[in-house]
Amino acid sequence: MRFTLRVWRQDNQFDKGRLVMYVVDDISPDMSFLEMLDVLNERLISEGEEPVAFDHDCREGICGMCGLMINGNAHGPDKLTTTCQLHMRSFDPNEPITIEPWRARPFPVIKDLVVDRSAFDRIIESGGYISAPTGSAPDAHAVPVPKDDADNAFEAAACIGCGACVAACPNGSGMLFTAAKTTHLGLLPQGQPERYSRALDMVGTHDDLGFGGCTNSGECTAVCPKGIPLEAIGRLNRDVLKAATRSPAKR
Amino acid sequence: MYTEGAPICDPKTPDGPLEKRWEQRRFSARLVNPANKRKLTVIVVGTGLAGGSAAATLAELGYNVLSFCYQDSPRRAHSIAAQGGINAAKNYRNDGDSVFRLFYDTIKGGDFRARESNVYRLAEVSVEIIDQCVAQGVPFAREYGGLLDTRSFGGAQVARTFYARGQTGQQLLLGAYQALSRQINAGRVKTHPRTEMLDLIVDNGRARGIVARDLVTGQIDTYTADAVVLATGGYGNTFYLSTNAKGSNATAIWRAHKRGALFANPCYTQIHPTCIPVSGSHQSKLTLMSESLRNDGRVWVPKAPRDSRPPHMIPEDERDYYLERMYPSFGNLVPRDIASRAAKNICDTGHGVGPGGLGVYLDFADAIDRLGKDAVAAKYGNLFEMYQQITGEDPYQVPMRIYPAVHYTMGGLWVDYDLQSTIPGLFVIGEANFSDHGANRLGASALMQGLADGYFVLPNTIGDYLADGPFPPVSPEAIAEVEQDVVDQIVRILQVDGDRSPDDIHRELGQLMWDHCGMERSEEGLRKALEAIPALREEFWRRVRVLGTGDGLNQSLEKAGRVADFLELAELMCIDALHRTESCGGHFRAESQTEDGEARRDDQNFSYVAAWEYGPQPVLHREELRFDTVTPSQRSYK
Repeated sequence: MRFTLRVWRQDNQFDKGRLVMYVVDDISPDMSFLEMLDVLNERLISEGEEPVAFDHDCREGICGMCGLMINGNAHGPDKLTTTCQLHMRSFDPNEPITIEPWRARPFPVIKDLVVDRSAFDRIIESGGYISAPTGSAPDAHAVPVPKDDADNAFEAAACIGCGACVAACPNGSGMLFTAAKTTHLGLLPQGQPERYSRALDMVGTHDDLGFGGCTNSGECTAVCPKGIPLEAIGRLNRDVLKAATRSPAKR
Repeated sequence: MYTEGAPICDPKTPDGPLEKRWEQRRFSARLVNPANKRKLTVIVVGTGLAGGSAAATLAELGYNVLSFCYQDSPRRAHSIAAQGGINAAKNYRNDGDSVFRLFYDTIKGGDFRARESNVYRLAEVSVEIIDQCVAQGVPFAREYGGLLDTRSFGGAQVARTFYARGQTGQQLLLGAYQALSRQINAGRVKTHPRTEMLDLIVDNGRARGIVARDLVTGQIDTYTADAVVLATGGYGNTFYLSTNAKGSNATAIWRAHKRGALFANPCYTQIHPTCIPVSGSHQSKLTLMSESLRNDGRVWVPKAPRDSRPPHMIPEDERDYYLERMYPSFGNLVPRDIASRAAKNICDTGHGVGPGGLGVYLDFADAIDRLGKDAVAAKYGNLFEMYQQITGEDPYQVPMRIYPAVHYTMGGLWVDYDLQSTIPGLFVIGEANFSDHGANRLGASALMQGLADGYFVLPNTIGDYLADGPFPPVSPEAIAEVEQDVVDQIVRILQVDGDRSPDDIHRELGQLMWDHCGMERSEEGLRKALEAIPALREEFWRRVRVLGTGDGLNQSLEKAGRVADFLELAELMCIDALHRTESCGGHFRAESQTEDGEARRDDQNFSYVAAWEYGPQPVLHREELRFDTVTPSQRSYK
């Protein structure tokens, strides 16, 4: 198959950037989207043009490193699929494919399709953990956890931190990411002691970093490759509200 | 081809009864008082299960930690892709498990090519890991009563594998990443993401720092410390196609090797039996289907060679469930090396299925009948989805097709019982070292080893070394020399301006290695590879093409540097494979097999660790393995 691509090229953070048209040949339907970009890059190198920079690593949908806006959809047309797990059988060769980086204020473009998502790390650092120093743990069976709670916590913990939720949100909000973590930890008995301070601290950091507010448009959950439910944001909001009504000493 | 050096006499293993050794070492290791810890700095390279947990724990203890990873966040290290689970001798099932049994299974699974003391310690510490992870909020799978669920894995007859659906590595890594984040917030860890270690600084005989490249700005920076910990993973990507992440590389351990650290057992590579087969020449990586699937999936091929009927048209009595037939007591749960070679052999005789006949079926029809589709989905749902995304086939309807692929490397930098390499102050943990898995790793043991090293072993042993610190400032000459080497290599790569991309050369190397140093090795093949690799290396330095400059993000340049190192390491892997004329674990020499095609070990001549010193010709140092407790036997899973 032959595809026409319009790819965002930007030399560095300060460059204005532009869409550049390329045609790629000999694409098989079994190729992954990133393998199609590999084919393009091999050709660009042979023609003396710098290859397109894009982030990727595990190529099995779990590390969260890849992430492209494909025809305006975060991670492309397939539901519950990261860019690396997307295959060319999902595309019509007659339609051009536009490939852009995530666009959000807290995610500046580094080069071409590569963005800086370190703001997500800052959110986790501000409270997305349980304080359990190594060696201090009681036996794993000391506290039983109801299976439903464990399963729901797992569902939220499946977030890969790719940033699609932010890229898809009209407000550039990172609430689904933040809520996935507070939900994961807040549903487990081990996460209770820091539950409310965690919610307040993480949301505070989220706002300080320039992410937008959540208006429940639901675009985030629609593109989330791991299917993190919007309900997580509801849980986070309840925790923040509860935290706000508590006296500071009890947070 | 190589020369012989002095044997290694002292791996610093404590004497005394096996079960007391770790306790004894913890007691004999000197402590560092809290006020002094604040004056000591440790560099940890890599943020996977080993590096992430070590960095977090060292910081909790009070050391200053500098953490490095090439990914854009510590949370993305490739441990995240581990699917199936983590072993621990909890015996929550009352099915006869114990620390000793986990120790025995692991040392037997490794084909008696690992140190007893290390493996016993691993089994001992496994119990604490699960407690630690639960306390951190790792959402392991649970039973309705609220207690932890377990399943069984290859090479074991007990169910000791804890799991979080098919994403155990992800959940454990997030636990370690969150512990690390807490320390970053506390100001005890400084992280350097998108920063790649390119060389090691050794001054006055001690490892004192690293030279690294900021992958975004291209700047070359030097970081000094009192000790350096490498947790940079394995070298499976030497084969180009593997289940490793695209960025996984051997540069850190290889450069440390060139600075004096011995490299142990480089030929011990693990070929994982259950991966999605290659679909074409465009293939950029291979995807694992967790070994846990062999709990419920049955492996089979058509009895008739070249039978091209679709699987549902092949009646039951015309199917060969060859693992169940050949290994009745372990069946589909034989260790990985055995399952892989069986798949290769059955495909070589024309029974393979799918394109090119390079595949076997992994069938869930029985499990779906027995347990129902929902129960199967609850256990393996994400794996089935992943399979369907990649192949376009629905494994609930059609059996999966699988084939072996390079997955893990048991070899790595040589370390003593304290996990210290032959360079004082250089510690190596996780897959990057060689220590615990012998010639074959059992499923669900990599996560166990990574976390054991990072949470519990290294933080105890490194203190004994650091008790002599803080060390005097590193000499500017030592730094300047290493920095210059790094800059020179980058300039040299950029100047070649040839006509082959780094990937193109890497693919060729991978094919060579797969053909001659893969699942089955022979003297003839290895000699061929040993002629071809230096020629390919020479070609790399004549024809590689990297566009752009070193000042800024340049992914081709990163790749080229890694490929240059793979091209050197590949040669050592083949030399090691050639010198070890026995078969053991993942290293199968065609010349050394029993009549029914099983690996034939040669304990008389090869019961040692081969630790290689870098030089114009590698120098072999042997560490004889001592078995006080177990008696090495021919492994049998029949």
